[in-house]
Amino acid sequence: MPERTLVQAVRDALYEEMERDDRVCVLGQDVGLKGGVFKATEGLQQRFGAERVMDMPLAESSIAAVAQGLALEGFTPVAEMQFADYSYPAFNQIVNEIAKVRYRSNGDFSCPLVIRAPTGGGVRGALYHSQSPEAFYCHVPGLKVVLPSTPADAKGLLKAAIRDRDPVIFLEPKKLYRAERQEVAQGEAALLPLASAAVVRQGTDLTVVTYGYMRAVTMQAAAKLSPDGIEVEVIDLRTLRPWDVEACVRSIQKTGRLAIVYEANRTGGFGAEVAAELAERCFASLDAPVSRIASPDVPAMPFSPALEHAFMLNPDKVADGLRRVARY
Amino acid sequence: MPTDAEGLTKERVLEAYRTVLQARALDDRRFVLNRAGKLAFIISPRGHEVAQVGAIAALQPGRDRFCLYYRNFAAALACGFTPEELMLAAFARAADPSSGGRQTPGNFGSRRRGVVIGSSTVGPQIPKAAGIGLALQWRGEGALCYVSFGEGATSQGDFHEGLNFAAIHHCPVIFFCENNHWAISVPQALQVAGPGVAERAAAYGIPGVRVRGDDFFAVHAAVAEAAQRARSGGGPTLIEAEVLRLQSHSTDDDQRAYRDPAELAAEALQDPIPRMRDALITRGWLSPEADQAMRDDVNREVEKATEAAEAAPEPEPASLGRHVYADA
Repeated sequence: MPERTLVQAVRDALYEEMERDDRVCVLGQDVGLKGGVFKATEGLQQRFGAERVMDMPLAESSIAAVAQGLALEGFTPVAEMQFADYSYPAFNQIVNEIAKVRYRSNGDFSCPLVIRAPTGGGVRGALYHSQSPEAFYCHVPGLKVVLPSTPADAKGLLKAAIRDRDPVIFLEPKKLYRAERQEVAQGEAALLPLASAAVVRQGTDLTVVTYGYMRAVTMQAAAKLSPDGIEVEVIDLRTLRPWDVEACVRSIQKTGRLAIVYEANRTGGFGAEVAAELAERCFASLDAPVSRIASPDVPAMPFSPALEHAFMLNPDKVADGLRRVARY
Repeated sequence: MPTDAEGLTKERVLEAYRTVLQARALDDRRFVLNRAGKLAFIISPRGHEVAQVGAIAALQPGRDRFCLYYRNFAAALACGFTPEELMLAAFARAADPSSGGRQTPGNFGSRRRGVVIGSSTVGPQIPKAAGIGLALQWRGEGALCYVSFGEGATSQGDFHEGLNFAAIHHCPVIFFCENNHWAISVPQALQVAGPGVAERAAAYGIPGVRVRGDDFFAVHAAVAEAAQRARSGGGPTLIEAEVLRLQSHSTDDDQRAYRDPAELAAEALQDPIPRMRDALITRGWLSPEADQAMRDDVNREVEKATEAAEAAPEPEPASLGRHVYADA
């Protein structure tokens, strides 16, 4: 199997799905000859032409709206928002239009499409290239939300998202785009189901539910706790809506403790939903309060390295938080 | 005078006139039912009926796509919705073909008729129609997408984004603005800078046409020309039909609170329906007796539609969670 970075895996998924199904098309700013600002669509226009890989005007609402129009007509568009922070001008199209098409037409219409966007920080992107807006979209019935953390997951889940019959918001942690290479399967063997979490570290003392870039941070934190005799079980949700509640419940029944680690700011983040649901489901199994380890409630991640470092969770901060839960 | 050359036979014009009468009679009945507490909320097409039916008569329901807005009650009839179906929507009954009673009655949708399900926010259908137009262009079957909106919607960014995209790609789209000069209580002078909406077409390098909305033949000719252009690869057209809003914005509004009584009285005398009737009588296509017979027939039809819709069952409460996703 070839070794791929996460962004190469995204590109491979698009390539394979476009080869497989000529209804699949790509649209967004700079997705054409440039191949996207992160190279996620590199070579696609050369292979599939300027219609199926369409450079769009710099107007996110119309990117979402045109994708919707194509989907309503039976095409399968994969729209790129250059940064997740820039999806907000398309918020009405996504939340009021795309997400509600099936419901408001009582099943007469549907709108299967994918909106991809790089998400998260830690790359000196500052306030407007670092945000983690997944909670906004997870709040919306009718949308599915995927947030992978490895090349293989990104490829398998993007292929599944493209084949899904409902609209999917597909958020790609930009800090992981080139962080590691991994062997990634090709074709049908690469496919992964949505809504299935992965237990990525076995442990007996504490369950951590996380996703995206925070998976790697949590794994490093877990390694720091191991010498102290604290064995952390780490669950990568991979799909946030719908999310794999049962996998989390099984783990908590074993460990009796739960922390959620997420990169977005703390209040109203998706981790709050995970905490509430699992507290309700697992009350009798829990030996300690459910804890959220998240970014501070400031508007966004600043540009200065000192401030960015102060904002971002890192293995030490996460390890401190996990130790408190383990010792409660 | 355009007649058979554009498919405007006497029979088709009389059929259109009957649709106009249906729209008015149904709307009058809906207002009575609203005041009697039987219907929650209505948006009236009063004053717009002739423009709407004249436009749709120049197109091909079943082949073309229609992105309608909430005042398009008469347009919906012209697209093939029956009086009973529109009354089912007014009563929010399970058999409402647009949404099964989920949306307010001005959101029309029917896949088999090519009427793309709408929503209640203002303007999102405009760039969506551009995307549908792109899909129709790719399919190359000569179909077009018609999208309508009020002049208030032209203040939205989506108006610009939709026209810009459709013009760049020469999409087969007809942008039809029904300018009644009032967006709820805000007059055109505080809504639209410059002389009007039609002039804005020049900025996109597409034709812009202003037409009297109370002149059935003028509206029909303008839309037929735009349709010819769209079907032959000539790209989009922006049409501004000047109409009067002879009723308040909705049943929850009373325009006497913010409009000049003298102006309202003067506008009431410019109802487009008598004008259309007189034009048909002058042409020898209609007699006063035939007109009365048609009105009596329409009134009976409205009576029947109302009784049937009122007696129809409401949606099952258990259906609340259906059609959120494909598998539910």
